[in-house]
Parts: sequence; C-alpha cells; structure tokens
Amino acid sequence: MTIERRFRPVNLLRGLVSPIDPVLFAILLALLGYGFVLMQSASPERLPALATNAAVALGVMWLAARLSPQRLMSLAVPLYATGVLLLVAVALFGVSSKGAQRWLDLGVTRIQPSEIMKIAMPLMLAWYFQQREGLIRLREFVGAGLLLAIPVGLIVSQPDLGTSLLVAAAGLYVIFFAGLSWKLIVPVVLACVLGIGAIVGFGDHLCQPGVDWYGLREYQKHRVCTLLDPSQDPLGKGFHIIQSTIAIGSGGVFGKGWMDGTQTHLAFIPERHTDFIFSVLAEEFGLIGTLVLLATYLLLILRGLTITASAPTLASRLLAGAITMIFFTYAFVNMGMVSGILPVVGVPLPFISYGGTALVTLCLGVGILMSIQRSRVAAQGGGR
Amino acid sequence: MTEFRTPEQELAGLRRRVLVAGLFVVVCLAVLAARFVYLQVVKYDYFHTRAEDNRIALMPVVPDRGAVVDRNGVVLARNYAAYTLEVTPSQVPDLEATIAALGEIVAIDAHDLRRFRKLREESKRFESVPLRTRLSDEEVARFVARRYLFPGVEVQARLFRDYPQGEVASHLIGYIGRINERDQQRIEEQGDSANYRGSEHIGKTGLELSYEADLHGTTGVEQVEVNAAGRAVRLMSRTAPVAGSDLELTLDVELQKVAEAAFGERRGALVAIDPRTGGVLALASMPTFDPNLFVDGISVVDWKALNESPDLPLVNRAIYSAYPPGSTFKPFMALAGLASGKRTPGQTIADPGFFNFAGHRFMDDKVGGHGTVDLHKSIVVSCNTYYYQLANDLGIDAIASFMRPLGFGVRTGIDIPGEAEGVLPSPAWKRERFRKREQQRWYGGETISVGIGQGYNAYTPLQLASALATVVNGGKVFRPHVVRHVVDAAGGRRAIEPQPVRQLPLEPEHLAAVKAALVDVTKSGTGARAFAGAPYSVGGKTGTAQVYSLRGSRYVAGRVAERLRDHSWFIAYAPAENPSIALAVLVENGGFGAQSAAPIARQVIDYHLLGSRLTEPAREDAEGMDEQ
Repeated sequence: MTIERRFRPVNLLRGLVSPIDPVLFAILLALLGYGFVLMQSASPERLPALATNAAVALGVMWLAARLSPQRLMSLAVPLYATGVLLLVAVALFGVSSKGAQRWLDLGVTRIQPSEIMKIAMPLMLAWYFQQREGLIRLREFVGAGLLLAIPVGLIVSQPDLGTSLLVAAAGLYVIFFAGLSWKLIVPVVLACVLGIGAIVGFGDHLCQPGVDWYGLREYQKHRVCTLLDPSQDPLGKGFHIIQSTIAIGSGGVFGKGWMDGTQTHLAFIPERHTDFIFSVLAEEFGLIGTLVLLATYLLLILRGLTITASAPTLASRLLAGAITMIFFTYAFVNMGMVSGILPVVGVPLPFISYGGTALVTLCLGVGILMSIQRSRVAAQGGGR
Repeated sequence: MTEFRTPEQELAGLRRRVLVAGLFVVVCLAVLAARFVYLQVVKYDYFHTRAEDNRIALMPVVPDRGAVVDRNGVVLARNYAAYTLEVTPSQVPDLEATIAALGEIVAIDAHDLRRFRKLREESKRFESVPLRTRLSDEEVARFVARRYLFPGVEVQARLFRDYPQGEVASHLIGYIGRINERDQQRIEEQGDSANYRGSEHIGKTGLELSYEADLHGTTGVEQVEVNAAGRAVRLMSRTAPVAGSDLELTLDVELQKVAEAAFGERRGALVAIDPRTGGVLALASMPTFDPNLFVDGISVVDWKALNESPDLPLVNRAIYSAYPPGSTFKPFMALAGLASGKRTPGQTIADPGFFNFAGHRFMDDKVGGHGTVDLHKSIVVSCNTYYYQLANDLGIDAIASFMRPLGFGVRTGIDIPGEAEGVLPSPAWKRERFRKREQQRWYGGETISVGIGQGYNAYTPLQLASALATVVNGGKVFRPHVVRHVVDAAGGRRAIEPQPVRQLPLEPEHLAAVKAALVDVTKSGTGARAFAGAPYSVGGKTGTAQVYSLRGSRYVAGRVAERLRDHSWFIAYAPAENPSIALAVLVENGGFGAQSAAPIARQVIDYHLLGSRLTEPAREDAEGMDEQ
C-alpha cells in the first residue's frame, strides 16, 4: 500500500514540489519571465539557448533545495579547495581572452573557476564560523579574512574586477553577519566613502594621462575616469555609458513599447543581451518597467533576509544572509553601472542577463535559500 | 565580542544586522529609483531628443544633372552610371594594407592614389571616398567575390558626366569638377547649401557653369533610420529629387566640327551667329581640349600639358581674347560716316597712297594709291586712305559713340562665362586706362589709326560677329546666346532671349550701301578667291591685325618668328539677300586675312548653306524659323 501510494501521481508531484519555496519560486519565475520578454526584443535568436539555460538552472535549484543545509555544509571545504586549486591552475595554464586570463580549457568546454567561488566562498566561511560557534573572536575574523583574501587575490590578478568584487562582497557579508565589531566596520566604510569622494572630487587631476593608480590596470582606471566624464571619449570608452543613459532617459515614464526601442534595435546599446539588458528594459518599458524590476528585486531580498533571520543554525543564517546580499549586490552594481552612477565592471543583471554560468550560480543560490527555509520549517515542525 | 554570548544573544545580534542590511538595501535601491526618475522624468526631453538625433539621419538624394544637346538633338553632355570602388576610412582597420590588397584585384594607379589621399583629407570622418572610378564589369565581379575580406570597402553605382563629343566645342560646353572650397563658399553665399548637400560636382566653366542653376536640379531628401554604425536600415520618408533641366542649344555641332577641322593645326577662333535670332551656330576656339579630363579631377601631367602649352588651349579665344579688328572695322566706319552725314555713298576722294597728318605720313597698302575712291570701292579694295580721312573728319568721340551701341568695347552678354570687354578707344578710355598724365593725353594721330582698325582697338571675335549680325539684320541687337531652350524635368520649355535687346536707328539705304560693297568683296575684291564658285551670294570683309598686345604676350623661343606674323581676320554673312549666318574668323599669326581666315569662313558657310541643308530634316528648319 505504501508502494502504491508512492507511485500515485499526486505524490510524485508533491515530492517534486515539496523542496520548493513558493514565494521565492514565484519571484524567480517573474524575473526569468521578464528576462524572456526582454530577450525577445534584445536578441531573439538567443531565446532557445536562454530556455535551455533556464531549464538547467531550475534543475540545479531544485537539486540544491532538496539537499539539507547540513549536506551543503559538508560540501564547503571540498568545493572551496577545488575552487582555489582551479584558480591557481588558471593562473598557471589559463586561456587568455580580451587581455584577461579567466578560463580553463578542458578540451570539451571552457570553465571560469571564479564563478564557482561566488557560492563556494560564503559556503566556506559559513562552515568556518559554524565550527567556531560561540568562540568567535578577532582571531577567527583574521582567519576568515585570509580564507577570503586568497581566492579574491587570485581573481583580481586575472584580472577580473567584477567577479573579484562579487566574491569579496560575498565573503564580507558572511563576516558582517558573523558579528564583526562595528568599531572595525565603521572606519572601513568611512575610508571607502572618503576614497570614492576623493576620486570624484579630484577626478580631473587623477585622470590625467601618466598618473599611475597603484594596484589598478590602465583599463580599470579608464573605466572610472570615463564614468566621471563620459563625454571625454564619446566614440570610444564613453560610448557605452552615454548610449545606455540615452536609452534609459528616452524611455520616459511609459517607455517606447516592447520591441520599439530605437536605441536597442539600432544597435546603439552595447552588450544589449548581457550586461546592458537593463537599458533595453528602461527604454521599452520606461520608469514603470524599471520600478517594477526594482520592486521585484526588493521582494526577493526581503524574502531572503526573512529566511536569514529565522534560519535554525548559525551556518545557515550566515549563508542565507550572504547569498541574499549577493543578489542585491549583483542588481545594484549592474543597474548602477548601466545608469551611470557606478563604473562599468562587468556584472550581469541577476536572473535576466544572458549567460549560463551566472544564471546557474544564481539559481543555485536560490536553491540553497529554499533548502534553508525548508530546514527551518522542518525544525519548527519537529519542535511541535 | 570577547564576552561569552548565549545563542539567543547571538540570534538577536544577527537579527539587528539583518535589519541594518535590509535598510542598506532599501536605501541603495531608493538611490537607483531616484536616478531612474531623474533620467526618465526630469531629463526625459533631453534624452528623447538625443535618441531621435541618434536614429534619424537626413540623407540627400542627388538629382541627375541635366543633359546638353545641340540644335539637332546631338548629345554634347550626359550622365552615365558606372561603378566606383569606395572606401570608408573610419571603418578600415589598416588602410595601407587594404589598399595594397585591393590593388591586386583592381588596377589602382598612382593617379588614383593621389586623388584618394586628397579627397580623404577633404572629407568627413564617416564619408566614403572613391578610390577607383569606372570599374570594368570584370573588376566589379572580382571585387564582389572577395568583398568579405574588405570591411569598409564597397562598390557603388554612381552617375558620371560624359562629354561624348570630346574636344569638340569644349570651350563652350565647359566641364564640371569636384566642388572645391571656393565653390563651397559661393554656394553658401547664394544660400544654396541645402540643395548642394550630397552634390560632389559643380559646373566650372562654359555652359556647365553659366547654367549651373538649371542643370543641377533640386536635391531630394530621404529620412532614414540609421544604426550605430551609421548605416541606413529603414527608409522613413522620401522627397524625390527633381532632375536638372536639359539644355537645347542653338549650336549646330556638325557645323562646329567643320569649323574646328577647318582650322587644322592653326590657332584662332570662329563665332557664327544666326543674325535673325542672335543664336550662336558655332563658337570655336583653337586649339581645344578634352573636358572629360576634368570631371574626376585632372591629373597633374594632363594639367601641366594644358596649362603650360604656349598655344593656351584653355583660353576661350572666341569670347576672351581681344584682337585689333584691322580692316574688318572699315564697314562699320563706313556706316559711321554715312550716319553722321560726313560722307555720302557717291562722295569720292583721291587716294595718293598716303594721308598726311601733323607731319606724319600714314601709308596705304597699295603703293601709289587706289586713285578715285568712293565708299563702295573703299570697302571692296580695303582702301586705308579713305578711312584715315574719314576718322579724322569724324573725330574719336563720334567714332566711339557710334561704335558702342553696336557692341564694340561692351560685353555682349552671351550666356557663357568669361567674356572680355575689348577696347573701344576714346579719350575717356585713355584717361581711365593710363595713370601718367602724358600717357592720358589723346593724340589726333591715334584717331587716324583707329579708323583702319589698328591702334588701341581690340575686340573679341564674338563682338565682331555680333556687330556684323546687327548690321546685316537691319540694326537689331541681340544678346548672343548658345542655349535655345531650357527644358525642365516636367517637359516645360523656357526660351532664351528670342527678342532683340534694342533696335539701332540705322538708315536702310546706308545699310544697303555697305552690304552691297561687302558682297562685292567676295565677288571681285579681297575675298574673291576664297569664295570663287560659291553657289550663293555672300558678303564679307578681310582684315589683318598687326601683332602687339596690350596684355603683353609670352615670349616663347623658337616660335617667335611665327608669333610675330599678323593675325588674319575674315567676317562674312550669307545668303546676302536674307542672311541666316553671320560670322567672324580669326587666325592667329595667319597673315593677310584673305589667305587663311577667308577659306575657313568659306567651308563653314558652305556646310551651313549646302551641307547641313542637304542632310538636315526639314523639321529643324521649321523650328529655327520659330524663333524669329
């Protein structure tokens, strides 16, 4: 009878659906749906590939959601170790493209090990702090800082500013949620604010040719300087920012209508199916479209933070918080750079930009959030 | 951090941090929202305009230039489509390598390269620049098969100007050339900039210049959507161009060919006018040149050859070069004498072979003189003494004021550019011409020289032909014109000056007396040999101009002897009873007028009255008569 029950279709469906958090899943589908609508306009020939990517990503999400947080934690060390080893391998035998050495050629496919670190990093640190629960002192934070610094240093040296920023952010979020003293956080944040203020304030001088920015490559300096004054180079580096800003601004309140964006369809928007897909949205759907997207991201983040606050274990809290804030970082940095308030660093718009690896990584994050949410439900259910 | 904390405290601490993170997120997203409101609401108008500017470009559609045909419909200037190889330098990564590779497929010579470099400097960043013009079909095929190797290089069909008659009538037709800075300035001054957007060529000389406004047409405009690369992707609206008007000339190109051939290797000019209309039948300046050389920018070698030739092939002698008229001036002097009342046809003088004035002896051609000479004989035998006396009796002011209304010393106003004024000498002219007081003074002896067409007298062949036409048509002064009709794209015809400008008060019997003498010149006088056996009656007058120039001519070693010989003149009209052609022929350094100029006039009149009448359809005559 149990066997019969197990094979009844309703139960099969229940088995499939049970790991899924309906709220997160609804938000995710909304974002993916938005992505399909935009891709139809930006690059319709990529729709089949996008569908494949989305199917794979949803599969990965489902698998992650089925695993318990404890199983996930047990993967932390091997995943992190593999990631660091692969990054070392990239540094030694990697394939170069566009002036950066980011890929490992495996014969059949090329992989970008830095992507793995976006999940492996918070997972590792969450595991690390879980091991020292109740004993977390300054020494532990120094250790966490080292664990963070090694892969970030390797990614920066590729160089890949965008990914290193995201990986560093993921680690820093874990450290933040683990309870790093405000006495340390406040000065660092102030220093960053002052540094950015200095660049904006003295940009004219700093952007003179010949002025060396220690630790940054010429192209990275150029990106920051172009952001400060895009009109200096309207046909070169400034072109992207100027044209995407025009696209956004000319969308107005109601937009030019789906498939009617002139900036989009006349190829004025660079990378319109990947990093700059937001300007397609802003041009065709206007302020209403952009605010709807902002609201959707806000819902996703609020749901993630709710899960964080009520997660049963320290590790799951740290992991859920970091993943949620990573979603935020993706969204904020991408929209900020496309609308011209942040430098162009090559961060995709989460769940919408075309790109299989990023989509899989992001959906893996959603799956982990679902897994944590389910463990909370289970723990509460167990307690009753 | 150092003190021990319970899991509950830890959880409470974490929840505070989650709250902080949430607030941070809300603040950051609010900043983004504010940015979007700023871009999409506050600055909407600005960015909307920027996006429209981005996407819409106005592309000029260049009209077809009008054609030029002669009075019988023979094409003198036309357009033809040909392929050019055009390069957009901003889209070519390595220009030198690309040109080298293109050179393997199509022939690119040094001239092409020089022109390309020059045009590239003049053109804007995104414009395409022709590298090779007039590709052969084979070259087009070879390039198209390898097009993918050459981004930024394209084959374009363009219209070219072609002058199928080559060197024939080139001074009159003129030529077009690329618009240069001076042309551009003139276009802007005339407020034509909009109409010349996209035009690359403009009339430089001849009819191509003087009728530029008609020939050019009205530029159309296409509103097109362009992509980021500047390529037109969609036509939004189109205002069709209006093709330039065609020019139908009064010129008979076959007659022109006969005239030019009659000159052979000699330098000179011929102007033949229909005295009934003022229409130019032939206007030759020898040597001539091929206007096709100029269309795409003349090569340095060709330019040097034309510009530095001692024969000055680029000068339109027919309207620009002024020569002393010599004895061809005498019929007009005779009319002046009759009109003033100082002479009657029957009045005679005794010609001793010279005329004494103020201690100076002015000689006649014939030693011992012509004996008793009346007005008729004075023209037929070209008696100088008669005119020395006449000029002296008339005085220089009376001569000048009689000659000016005939067009001497005045631009005729012909519809091709570059006409010279000539010199009708008078005390007033001399005061203006010279600066020093002693040079400004008019001497009586100078009047005597003017009487036989020498001295300061200098007129263009056109002025002489036009004055003769006025005399033989009964005193009607026409503005000579080459164009008979301007035919616009819709077929509308605009006639050019079919009416006389003015009627001179010349007495018919005075005119008859002079014309009778002119006819006898070709029967028994100085032009008799050239017109022996002509089956029509013709009036004419020989002339010989002593060589010297007010402008100062260039000294060229080796040709000095020839260049010092006298210029040879002949003016003629026919048929004498009802003239349909009046012409002036000048052969530079041709010697006595009867020797070289008169035979050319004979050939032209023969063809006009006999040859062309035999081959021309009757219809053309009818049209010609319409103009009267």
